[in-house]
Amino acid sequence: MRETMAVEAILKGTVIDHVPTGQGLNILSLIQKRDPQAQITVGLNLPSKGNGKKDIIKVEGWLFSQHDAGEMALYAPTATVNVIDNYAVVKKFKIELPDQFVGLFACPNSNCISHTEPVASRFSVSQTHNAEANTHKVRLQCHFCERTFSDSLFK
Amino acid sequence: MPNPLYQKDIVSIRDLNQTELELIIQLASIIKAQPVSPYLSNKVIASCFFEASTRTRLSFETAVQRLQGSLIGFSDSANTSTQKGETLTDSINMISSYADAIIMRHPKEGAARLAAEVATVPVINGGDGANQHPSQTLLDLFSIAECQGRLTDLKVAFVGDLKYGRTVHSLAQALSLFNPTFYFIAPEALKMPSYLEQDLAEKGISYQYLSSLEEGVEQVDILYMTRVQKERFDPTEYMHIASKYILTKAMLKGAKPNMRVLHPLPRVDEIHPDVDSSEHAYYFQQAENGVYARQALLALVMNEHIKELDNA
Repeated sequence: MRETMAVEAILKGTVIDHVPTGQGLNILSLIQKRDPQAQITVGLNLPSKGNGKKDIIKVEGWLFSQHDAGEMALYAPTATVNVIDNYAVVKKFKIELPDQFVGLFACPNSNCISHTEPVASRFSVSQTHNAEANTHKVRLQCHFCERTFSDSLFK
Repeated sequence: MPNPLYQKDIVSIRDLNQTELELIIQLASIIKAQPVSPYLSNKVIASCFFEASTRTRLSFETAVQRLQGSLIGFSDSANTSTQKGETLTDSINMISSYADAIIMRHPKEGAARLAAEVATVPVINGGDGANQHPSQTLLDLFSIAECQGRLTDLKVAFVGDLKYGRTVHSLAQALSLFNPTFYFIAPEALKMPSYLEQDLAEKGISYQYLSSLEEGVEQVDILYMTRVQKERFDPTEYMHIASKYILTKAMLKGAKPNMRVLHPLPRVDEIHPDVDSSEHAYYFQQAENGVYARQALLALVMNEHIKELDNA
């Protein structure tokens, strides 16, 4: 009931639902980086039918594109995005990893030129799936220093 | 013949495909055999070494002069605006308005990629931190092609510091276009980075670790030696490890006749001087080849047509 109200309470904006618990504040930080004036409501450790608990984020007035949502994919790969207009869900989609992350994370390589020059960090994203072990690996390669990093380094 | 390298930035060995690598090697071979046209006449080349590197700089500058180009630049950043706090972006912006191409070395990784995006003229990476040093890889490839007569289907052993050695990483990536078999001989702490192993596995390149240098010597066509750096170990551990990775002439007895020993130089004690007199030693020819490989690279980047290649 509380979840339904959280979605319905928005006149226009975006609700990011089913965010893994503990990642809500990371998502909040990314959204604030993109728009420091964004009006945001964050719910932490809310009850969830599927996973027991979840975080949820409402952003007023900003209708997320797939690209906007993709920037959150490292933190919330299982989240769903509800775009709301006039109190109704006009679009609903799963967060998907983008091909690139631009300007979101600092390169973990302290000797990378991106730390000292006026440029946005840039990472290309690759995914490998090990069918036998049923594991999924996400790796990010820095556009500048070419080093490859596991996604866990950015979380 | 169309030249795919004309006006191209040479930042990373990954930017070059098999055809382009073969083209550079072919021209380097022609240049070594006979003097070529003054392909850089009326061209001003900026040699910008934000970090000192005498051998690479002299090799590049010799290559420019042999092609009759003019040089501007600096051999370290001590007397440049970098010391006043100027960004690399601004420095490169300015230099690219003076010169027809920029050769640069920089201590920060990714500096050459950034410079290439800023510059309006081609940028050739002479080494960016521990990242890339593509001209070293080109001279390595040229040397391998020269001493083996081919680049395909070779058995290549890499010995020493495989974790931090950028020459090893780049050469392994470049050779992986030519169906090699790799053997890695390294202390546990200096193994190849896992992402590179993964790259090789994804490309279907066969590789294995060998426990001793002797085992590698007998199997391979190329033995690529690198230095195990003292500072990565405590002194006792270093003595123990280093002794396992020192190549002596006696160890070459079982080597195949075509086997050649390469080393990016400078060596310290990983190749005993008695190896120098062996027919297998090739590291000094390899260093000399640096100038030919860089001449070939510069000629191709700065000229749409190379008549020696048209006639080849």
